[in-house]
Amino acid sequence: MTQNDWLSRLKNGLSRTSAHLNEGIAQALKNKNLDESTLDDLEDILITSDMGVSAAAKLRDEVAKAKFEKEPSFKDIKYFLAAKIADILKPVEQPLLIDNSKKPFVILVQGVNGSGKTTTIGKLAKIFTEEGKSVLLAAGDTFRAAAIEQLQIWGDRTGCRVISHTSGADPAGLVFDALGTARRDNIDLVIIDTAGRLQNRDDLMAELHKISRVIRKLDQTAPHCCLLILDATVGQNALSQVEKFQKTSQITGLVMNKLDGSARGGILVSLAEKFKLPVHAIGVGEGEDDLMPFNAEDFAKNLLGLNN
Amino acid sequence: MSKADVDSALREIRIALLEADVALSVVKEFIVLVREKALGQEVTRSVTPGQMVIKIVNDHLVEILGVGASELNLATTPPAVIMLVGLQGSGKTTTTAKLAKHLRSQYRKNAIMTSLDIRRPAAQQQLKSLGETHSIPTLPIVPFETPEMITERALDTGKKEGHDVILLDTAGRLHIDDSMMSEALKIQDLSNPCEILFVADSMTGQDAVNAARAFSERLNITGIILTRIDGDARGGAALSIREVTGTPIKLMGTGEKIDDIEVFHPDRIASRILGMGDVVSLVEKAQETVREEEAEEFARKLQKGQFDLEDMAKQLGQMRKMGGVGGILNKLPSVGKIKNQLQDANIDDNVISRQEAIIFSMTTAERKNPKLFNGSRRRRIAEGSGTTVQEVNRLLKQHKEMAKAMKKMSKLGRKGFTKGMPQGMPPGILPRI
Ligand SMILES: Nc1nc2c(ncn2[C@@H]2O[C@H](COP(=O)(O)OP(=O)(O)OP(=O)(O)O)[C@@H](O)[C@H]2O)c(=O)[nH]1
Ligand SMILES: [Mg+2]
Repeated sequence: MTQNDWLSRLKNGLSRTSAHLNEGIAQALKNKNLDESTLDDLEDILITSDMGVSAAAKLRDEVAKAKFEKEPSFKDIKYFLAAKIADILKPVEQPLLIDNSKKPFVILVQGVNGSGKTTTIGKLAKIFTEEGKSVLLAAGDTFRAAAIEQLQIWGDRTGCRVISHTSGADPAGLVFDALGTARRDNIDLVIIDTAGRLQNRDDLMAELHKISRVIRKLDQTAPHCCLLILDATVGQNALSQVEKFQKTSQITGLVMNKLDGSARGGILVSLAEKFKLPVHAIGVGEGEDDLMPFNAEDFAKNLLGLNN
Repeated sequence: MSKADVDSALREIRIALLEADVALSVVKEFIVLVREKALGQEVTRSVTPGQMVIKIVNDHLVEILGVGASELNLATTPPAVIMLVGLQGSGKTTTTAKLAKHLRSQYRKNAIMTSLDIRRPAAQQQLKSLGETHSIPTLPIVPFETPEMITERALDTGKKEGHDVILLDTAGRLHIDDSMMSEALKIQDLSNPCEILFVADSMTGQDAVNAARAFSERLNITGIILTRIDGDARGGAALSIREVTGTPIKLMGTGEKIDDIEVFHPDRIASRILGMGDVVSLVEKAQETVREEEAEEFARKLQKGQFDLEDMAKQLGQMRKMGGVGGILNKLPSVGKIKNQLQDANIDDNVISRQEAIIFSMTTAERKNPKLFNGSRRRRIAEGSGTTVQEVNRLLKQHKEMAKAMKKMSKLGRKGFTKGMPQGMPPGILPRI
């Protein structure tokens, strides 16, 4: 997939939301002097993106201090703000790279309930099989009803093998099995699904820890990638999610899903500042092709309704 | 409370609400309302104005969140249809199974569950296996059926098999997805549900207003179920969704297990959203202390057998604050006999305020000493309070009876109180019972 494809799909996926966004900005900037009320309105637009009060206030201050050459137009200020946001996000814009020397390369996927873990795994499986890699999916969600069947369907769609135990089995045991199989069969990539869990449930976080331990027993360097899957419709709780999952299992990167709705995922800006974790990709739909690499500029522009 | 006090406290509240994910537009409206409510209110002794504002905000929040809280509506010729809708991943399927169990245990209703989610892989399978695990009937899965076809079959089967309720678990959808929203509308029109419940994740951020508004504009949403209350999110979306849909939050999900569903508790969610539970309970304690001191003062007077018209006015005022006669009756645990007496006495809330007006038209000296009342004084008071001399007479008589009862009570002690209660006991003493 070329960068251009990704972009046009991103635009398509997101243009629906831009209309009302632009309206908000246009209103905010009607008054060309950056007086207090204009700044207030700009700040409001940032707040409604879920950026959080303090991050929004900080950006507001930067705009207030900024020196424009002449009286700025609506667009000028939008672009100025977008550039500031892109600056913050640029360092975390990092593709998901597979180290071919690791065999199998192990990706552990985790997150709260319903954030889009299983769907993301399906999308990743599609991308990597198309790259010619052999991919094995491990049905580590042995808790939720029909979670195994759900992953199996993704396996069928993408032509990947799925290793599963029965529902209710110990996920650590399943993971042990899956990695054994992958080694024996010379698989390139293992992607492990896990049950959704709320980050304040210590018992369930301990279970996750146990899964990592089992993986490490088989390969000191694994899991090579610990993906935390976020949902763009979630608000400030994403901060707590990253913090607590990070503590349990050394998250190596983030994916944010459901950016095809009207949520703009502004919390990523706060996350980038606070945790500096790589953001690999964003989910913009339920289909197998609806995963795009994360791009700081595009994301920032979308946040301000500058996409069309 | 001064303007400055209120405004500086509300600035803090604004941030707290935003950090709790209450949608900005909802925060703005909320602040305006609370400001009106707080201005000019008295600050309880030993509490700062800022703390007082927080308490007012908390109470207002509890009030809004709890408005219209009600049971599930199943009033129709069975089977009653309940439809669950919401964004992807909000917890509809798990909630459907919880709801079926809840209907069984709390309503003695037998429900059949049906998944209309033909989009998400294994979604129908998920509901089926939940049904198997918990012995809840589900509509058999037939491949390649459209959601409309499944709905028709569910209605048929529900009727034929005599189920009380048909639960329709729909596919998660984005509110901006026009074709999916039309599909939901078709299912609504086809099945004519008693309840269409918007299932929302309590972790939802600012976008909650957009989604909730769009859903309630397209569908006849009748209530809200808030999921993942067991998480550590502040849950401000509850307020956003409550406000834009104008429908009550009926239930909340408190865990992943089938029994983890509870009737909504506005106070619990309010204190979580505000995140200032300490301050709220501090103010409550202070208010309690003041109330206790007043009660002690009252008791002291009683001991001496004193009960003047001032005391009676206080009692009446308290009754009114507690929501009048109806409000008090609802708060009392077992009121059978008293309720009848009250009904006999034919006391309504209008009477309470008229009686208060009468007492407020008296001079301090008169209130302390009812013996002063001659004909001309009574006429003056009737005129001043916009009532009649008969009403003034009735009040004075009632006061006399109350005072007598109080005296008797002070002699008998607490235990003898009810025994000594005269027929047609005036309501003013009720709050103390
Ligand atoms: N619109 C949209 N929906 C998505 C996206 N990603 C996932 N979904 C949907 O969100 C819902 C939950 O996705 P899952 O992949 O099952 O999420 P999960 O994290 O595996 O869920 P659990 O295993 O139950 O915790 C499904 O209906 C998905 O189709 C996305 O990027 N956009
Ligand atoms: Mg899953």
